[in-house]
Amino acid sequence: MNPINYLYLSALLFTIGGAGVLIRRNAIIVFMCVELMLNACNLAFVTFARLHGNLDGQIFAFFTMVVAAAEVVVGLAIIVTFFRSRHSASVDDASLMKL
Amino acid sequence: MDHLIGALIGAPLLGAGVLLVGGRRLDRVGHWIGCLLAAASFALGAALFVHMLGRPTGQRTLTSHLFSWVPVGGFRADVAFQLDQLSMTFVLLITGVGTLIHIYSVGYMAHDENRRRFFGYLNLFLAAMLLLVLADNYLLLYVGWEGVGLASYLLIGFWQHKPSAATAAKKAFIVNRVGDMGLSIAIMVLFTTFGTFSFAPVFSHATSASQAKLTVVGLLLLLGACGKSAQVPLQSWLGDAMEGPTPVSALIHAATMVTAGVYLVTRSGAVFNAAPTAQLAVCVVGAVTLMFGAIVGCAKDDIKKALAGSTMSQIGYMMLAAGLGPIGYVFAIMHLVTHGFFKAGLFLGAGSVMHAMNDEVDMRRYGGLRKYMPITYVTFGLGYLAIIGFPGLSGFWSKDKIIEAAFAKGGTEGWILGGVALLGAGITAYYMTRVMVMTFFGEPRWQPAPDPDEVPSVEPGIEVHPGELPHPHESPKSMTIPMVVLAVGSVLAGGLFSINSAFLKWLEPVTGHSEGHSPVSTWEVTAATLVVLAVGAALAWAQYGRAPVPVTAPRGSLLTRAARRDLLQDDFNHVVLVRGGEHLTRSLVYLDHSLVDGAVNGTAASVGGLSARLRQVQNGYVRSYAVSMLGGTAVVVAATLLMRAV
Amino acid sequence: MTTSTGEAVQFWLLGIVAVLGALGTVAMKKAVHSALSLAGTMIILAVFYLANGAYFLGVVQIVVYTGAIMMLFLFVVMLVGITAADSLRETIRGQRWMAALVGIGFGVLLIAGLGNASVHSFTGLGQANSGGNVEGLARLIFTTYVWAFEITGALLITAAVGAMVLTHRERTERAATQRELAERRVREGAQVPPLPAPGVYARHNAVDIPGLLPDGTPAELSVSKTLRARGQIRDVSGEALESLRELEQRSERHAEGEGESGPAPANGANSANGANSANGAAK
Repeated sequence: MNPINYLYLSALLFTIGGAGVLIRRNAIIVFMCVELMLNACNLAFVTFARLHGNLDGQIFAFFTMVVAAAEVVVGLAIIVTFFRSRHSASVDDASLMKL
Repeated sequence: MDHLIGALIGAPLLGAGVLLVGGRRLDRVGHWIGCLLAAASFALGAALFVHMLGRPTGQRTLTSHLFSWVPVGGFRADVAFQLDQLSMTFVLLITGVGTLIHIYSVGYMAHDENRRRFFGYLNLFLAAMLLLVLADNYLLLYVGWEGVGLASYLLIGFWQHKPSAATAAKKAFIVNRVGDMGLSIAIMVLFTTFGTFSFAPVFSHATSASQAKLTVVGLLLLLGACGKSAQVPLQSWLGDAMEGPTPVSALIHAATMVTAGVYLVTRSGAVFNAAPTAQLAVCVVGAVTLMFGAIVGCAKDDIKKALAGSTMSQIGYMMLAAGLGPIGYVFAIMHLVTHGFFKAGLFLGAGSVMHAMNDEVDMRRYGGLRKYMPITYVTFGLGYLAIIGFPGLSGFWSKDKIIEAAFAKGGTEGWILGGVALLGAGITAYYMTRVMVMTFFGEPRWQPAPDPDEVPSVEPGIEVHPGELPHPHESPKSMTIPMVVLAVGSVLAGGLFSINSAFLKWLEPVTGHSEGHSPVSTWEVTAATLVVLAVGAALAWAQYGRAPVPVTAPRGSLLTRAARRDLLQDDFNHVVLVRGGEHLTRSLVYLDHSLVDGAVNGTAASVGGLSARLRQVQNGYVRSYAVSMLGGTAVVVAATLLMRAV
Repeated sequence: MTTSTGEAVQFWLLGIVAVLGALGTVAMKKAVHSALSLAGTMIILAVFYLANGAYFLGVVQIVVYTGAIMMLFLFVVMLVGITAADSLRETIRGQRWMAALVGIGFGVLLIAGLGNASVHSFTGLGQANSGGNVEGLARLIFTTYVWAFEITGALLITAAVGAMVLTHRERTERAATQRELAERRVREGAQVPPLPAPGVYARHNAVDIPGLLPDGTPAELSVSKTLRARGQIRDVSGEALESLRELEQRSERHAEGEGESGPAPANGANSANGANSANGAAK
């Protein structure tokens, strides 16, 4: 099997995640789609590591995971706070910053 | 001795400062301070004159460098004075006539509560005029030029409670501004051409500049001269300037300030000599003004305005002479000096008459005054004889020379200019005889003084009793003495100047002189002048001396009516300049609104409209922003791939 | 190094599932379903990590991502309302078109870029993982990437503090004391004593059975409103009255037969009293 298939899968997942971010309104689902995109990147990193025969790609994926974890913590806290004040989890409701 | 030149200006300047700053506590002595300082200036001038006479002809120019005014890099403006024969002539005329008129004003303005201020202004005028003629560079000359403009404005509008006086002052100032613009631009061009303001280097290098530039400078200088000397087309202010007190008319608007233009042209002779086109323009302006002033002078019933027309005409003679170049400079200045005497005398006489006639200025309401005011009659009469060029008197010597010089220009131009000058002499005789006859001869046509409630008092000098006929009387000594002195000058000056060509020899080192080639001989010109003169005077006598003069002016011919309206000069100015200006302004405003504002507002509106549309992009929805981000990322990816492909 | 056929089979099988999971994440109406789909995709990714020689990451993916992070997601989903089903109707004009255009364009670009790449085989991680995958990663993390590692640590701490700050609600007014609360309840005429307990003494203690009043009718206050709304209340008042009647008959029979008997009516009176007092309190 051609290793490029992993990368195709990664690109596909990334694009699906991106589309989800653009289409969905529920903040939690948007967030999950972001996670999906991050995971797609991780898959690409891991594949690259195997392609090149060194572990740097895996290190990058590892850091991505750590940063994603931090992001999830803060992001979910924001969602909870927003929900408390607006009783809504729709990202469209947070549209006050406009002209 | 050289340092006294500064004191020459300093004395009247000090007087102006003291009188204007001193306030009411100087009211009782103010006029004497003014007279004293004017006389001091005259005494200094006379001392310098004697000193100058004692030096050899070639070394008579005195210079005095007071201080560096603006020394900035290559730009250098100094307060420095140059007293040569030309300046000396002016200094003596200004301070001499000025002192006499100061003394006259003591009596004339005796009842005016603002006499101190009046003398302050007179002193200020003297200082500015002296600065004008003593400056050794154009910039300082311009300071004096503007100074006399200011003094003129203040003095014309001295009775500013009269709307007509206030308007006349503004008119004089604004018309002069046009001329000043020309002078200032001329000075700038001179500086850019020669890199200096000083007379000496400019004149010595004048021929090195291009013909076009010199012509431009000459025409601009002429524009300045036209403004100050009331020459066509900037002549309209002089008639109205007669709203000022009569001594002002005598000093500023007859004898001295209005001749500043002649001084400027003569002083800049080197520039004009190198620019024949400009010189011809000067001649034409002089000739046109000569006729213009003479015609206006014929039609005016207001004695001061008739004299103002005469002034215009006589200065036209001077300009004509100055425009002739070396042939005429000396005679221009000579006529200037003699004119200073007899015109000042005439104005003072007119003031004396007005003084006696309850400030009446309409000559049709005078008549038969010779019996009541003998001194005024004699002095005015001598001035009259001098101005028409009666043989032997001042005007005869100077005006004849100018007519000769005009013929001497040669060619068709010479014939035309000479003819105009000759005709002008005839008209001069006509209108001056008219003034003389209407004022001093014939039956009295006096009218009761107007009710001050209906007509606001013209000159607050004398008590006016409404409804009473005037009681003509001779003026006080302070007024008659200056008149007598000026009359003596009117009689003798021309003759004295002409003995052994004294004036010519005196002035020649400064202005240069050439005889020219006159197609007609001297005695032919003199004879023709005398004939024309006699015809003019006889015509006036026949019209006004033999027949009774109607109190109200007849309708008159079209020309007469036009001349009464100053040959429609104000109408012309109004229609062409004021209306034209208004239309221009209106169209500019329209252009500004539609084009400039349109462009600016259009730009603003289009930016605003674009922003309003772009604003829609900022809808606040995170997902829209996410689309932009992903789109941007896609572009970056595409660019990267493209770069790899390339 | 080429890949085995087994890996290829695994890739094609699990890859399809992963894509389906991703599509489910995007398309599912309910957040919980999305989360479960995502968890499935992540687990498959973990398998792929393992297949690619990233053993440590594969385990971390399962433990941290699928275990911790996805559970966190589920917690939040529960917290903000599991019932809030997301409408898939688009409200921003042109958003869907733009999303489709940009998404497809981006995907096409990525795939086109990959299609240009000439990758035929893996180098393989045999050498890199020779000392063990975890040891290899550790060596890199604590040597080459130690600075980044420290910074990610700081980032995590900051994120934790940030989350606390964000979710913390500060008390802006003094909490009412018990006495104040009691006084307020009396003033407002609210239910002052405890609500009557559900169930019938000595017979039922389930919360879906209302207590009985002295006259044998059910006490409405003694059961949850929710249960009543759902119609999940079991009314046993009829049974109770029936049994009471039986008891009285039996005791009468007993009295007729054995003379005066104290305890039985006393019991009934006690029971009735208890119910009565409870009912009275309810009023």
